Amino acid sequence: MNIPAIHAIYRFEMARTFRTLTQSIVSPVLSTSLYFIVFGTAIGSRMGHIGGTSYGAFIIPGLIMLSLLNESISNASFGIYLPKWSGTIYELLSAPVSPLEAVLGYVGAASTKSVMLGLLILLTARFFVPYSILHPVWMLAFLLLTAVTFCSFGFIIGLWADDFQKLQVIPLMIVTPLTFLGGAFYSIDMLPPFWQKLALFNPVVYLISGFRWSFYGQSDVNVTLSASMTMAFLLLCAVVIAWIFRTGYKLRS
Amino acid sequence: MNDQATSISHAVSVRAVSKTYKGGFQALKSIDLDIRHGEIFALLGPNGAGKTTLISIICGIVKPSGGTITADGYDVLRDYRITRAKIGLVPQELSTDAFETVWAAVRFSRGLYGRPRNDKHIEKVLRDLSLWDKKDAKIMTLSGGMKRRVLIAKALAHEPSILFLDEPTAGVDVELRHDMWRMVRGLRETGVTVILTTHYIDEAEEMADRVGVITRGELILVEEKRALMRKLGKKQLVINLQTPMQALPEALNGYALELADDGTTLTYTFDAQSDDTGITVLLRKLDDLGLGFKDLHTLESSLEDIFVSLVRGTP
Repeated sequence: MNIPAIHAIYRFEMARTFRTLTQSIVSPVLSTSLYFIVFGTAIGSRMGHIGGTSYGAFIIPGLIMLSLLNESISNASFGIYLPKWSGTIYELLSAPVSPLEAVLGYVGAASTKSVMLGLLILLTARFFVPYSILHPVWMLAFLLLTAVTFCSFGFIIGLWADDFQKLQVIPLMIVTPLTFLGGAFYSIDMLPPFWQKLALFNPVVYLISGFRWSFYGQSDVNVTLSASMTMAFLLLCAVVIAWIFRTGYKLRS
Repeated sequence: MNDQATSISHAVSVRAVSKTYKGGFQALKSIDLDIRHGEIFALLGPNGAGKTTLISIICGIVKPSGGTITADGYDVLRDYRITRAKIGLVPQELSTDAFETVWAAVRFSRGLYGRPRNDKHIEKVLRDLSLWDKKDAKIMTLSGGMKRRVLIAKALAHEPSILFLDEPTAGVDVELRHDMWRMVRGLRETGVTVILTTHYIDEAEEMADRVGVITRGELILVEEKRALMRKLGKKQLVINLQTPMQALPEALNGYALELADDGTTLTYTFDAQSDDTGITVLLRKLDDLGLGFKDLHTLESSLEDIFVSLVRGTP
């Protein structure tokens, strides 16, 4: 195991995070605050409780997931796309670094950043609504698992993308809609029966549901199912990454 | 067995390596090449000849379509951890991390190649490349020549024993070129094997121990530079005549003579290696014929002339 390499990549990526602090941390926190003001305070005050939880508190897990998913994908994809674009990837390709080590460095750094972001949003929420966390350990576990999974997914997008547009298209066209429709702002129970069934095909439903359960003990789907679905998606990403490196797809001609 | 023994005794050993890119373009046909330990090897060739492809395959950036490569006896694909740790690469393109500082970028490279932190070594590399006072500068603020130095520093950060320099002096000013040459010689003194590609022939002429010429994906020649220049080098004696001649006198038939510049210049081509160059006899003949001359000088072909004639296929 080339530990110095993992460390070097991790450090390098974290330095990039702190260099672009406004873009990577401040702006998601700001936009989440806006959501809290609009949905939590302004609209939420006119909404009833959902399963015994005030609407403002109810949307916290969903909002965190919304940012977490988007930021995980964009950070991790950008982290590996940038060297491809600038040409500095030659160094990674000619270094004694195995695919696993590269992934640990890049995805590890992106995940760290995502978890930091999630916790920061959680803190920010405190200023707007009171909430409690029923299962803090599970909450952290879901946060970490989701971060790692979607950073891996972002890493794949970054490897696959060969222009900036491709880099944006999946987060924008797929992940954001799935998150909005995945129960960030409502409970799946509130949907008509047909849409409830359809929602179960949305992987983000499981993430948000499981995460919300760790806060309030209530969930749209079984929590074990949530955890398993997340793990399954992580596994899928791992398989795809392994395949990419084995075949050299879009990396080595 | 024998094959393995030879490959261990070489810094890099390339056997029947070919490369056909996806679109069907055959960049390398079947390359065999041995690089000796501690030598400076110059790979010459026109643009698109396959120089960068060959280097990229050895360094692991491009996958070969066929053939095997060993570095210090280790297979570059199977034992990539060992071989890549030995190899440093300075790419042709100025690909740098714009926002990083010089120090951070070079330190990153060392870590990436699996070496523990060693600030002393990095300081030495930066000082040797006159980059020390720029160590805290962001790379994007540096000039092209300085960025080239940063790439070299990155390649040397992990103390490689084999260094590839792909067009190291392309677009670089004279001062940096000489600095670079000095640095490469210094590296050789510490036992580092250096392989460089260039299309500045004078660079190869100045630095290389051996020269390989690659064109259209084929290595058409590998030779000691001195032997090559001796073997393929031509010498010419140029005689400026006092009075112009209309044609060569019959008495001079049989000599490799050319009359030019309105009959005022006589050029005699001879074999520099031969014991008897024929100069004395020729000059005596001219004297006998009463052909007086104002001036005479000899010309020696440079590596550039040799290269051009090789690549054009007209030796």
